[in-house]
Amino acid sequence: MDYGHSERAAGAPSLPTAIKILIAGGFGVGKTTLVGAVSETKPLRTEEVLTETGIGIDDLSGVEGKTTTTVAMDFGRITISDDLVLYLFGTPGQDRFWFVWDELALGAIGAVVLADTRRMADCFPSIDYFEERGTPFVVAVNCFDGARQYRLDEVQAALNLDPGVPVMLCDARQRDSARDVLITLLEHAMKTREARHRGIEG
Amino acid sequence: MAAEDDSAEDRWVDDHAGPVVRPYAVTGGRARPVTGTFDLISMVLATRPHAGGESGLGPEHVAIVAFCQRMQSVAEVAAHLDLPVGTVRVLLGDLLARDLVKVRPPGGGAGVPDESVFEAVINGLRAL
Repeated sequence: MDYGHSERAAGAPSLPTAIKILIAGGFGVGKTTLVGAVSETKPLRTEEVLTETGIGIDDLSGVEGKTTTTVAMDFGRITISDDLVLYLFGTPGQDRFWFVWDELALGAIGAVVLADTRRMADCFPSIDYFEERGTPFVVAVNCFDGARQYRLDEVQAALNLDPGVPVMLCDARQRDSARDVLITLLEHAMKTREARHRGIEG
Repeated sequence: MAAEDDSAEDRWVDDHAGPVVRPYAVTGGRARPVTGTFDLISMVLATRPHAGGESGLGPEHVAIVAFCQRMQSVAEVAAHLDLPVGTVRVLLGDLLARDLVKVRPPGGGAGVPDESVFEAVINGLRAL
């Protein structure tokens, strides 16, 4: 799609570059909390309405007879500069909405997988998804009160992660902690990108 | 932001009112935009102060133009109007076809952003 004609309007301010990071993990693990901790606004909610028959429907005028499902995604925004805006999207918790994930993951520069050591298996589908897609990700263990503390190498082993995948502890409620998770992800994504470039050239 | 003398239609779709009609009624039953592809983080900016006088536009179109006086992402437009993203895409397609908005795809439109973008974001986050 060519948007060139609409961007050449004389005197109009140029639009910023927007980039996207996904915040994934099981239900109730603190995805929206983390988004809210670093976002400049309170997390916003956007919804996709899906019909049972799904993709390929052009005319929904007879939609009353079909089952519709609403998938909600919470997101936040960090304005880095006049030309650069970072968006954080919490992924829908239910596995049956993978096709929404595909849209979310498209163009995402990376993902944070939030894990809860009391329900470690909840984050397995997210890890599998990003591994399969080749999306750079980090695992951040949200430190809930009362949860047994695990060593990071134990977590890494339990999740059977590639040794290159950063694993860290975080407190999703704390702005500094959430920010550090995002910085670790961006550094990891940048390294992954460089390694892939070298692979192509070499 | 919206002017003081908002038309009555505008007030039907403000934050407090919520949606007054079913999403597909807003688009006249259309599920696809007439033009454009709108990622959740495609950035939208209105090209005019308001779209009140345009014929063939609904109150939601007018509300989008009012909201996008400051640039907003497609996701933010959907959240602000409390309409599903698919519906908002159709409305944005109508506005783009009339040159009432301009749209920039994410990442500058060129796939994976380059190293300078990563560095700028990292530095920006460190400064938070």
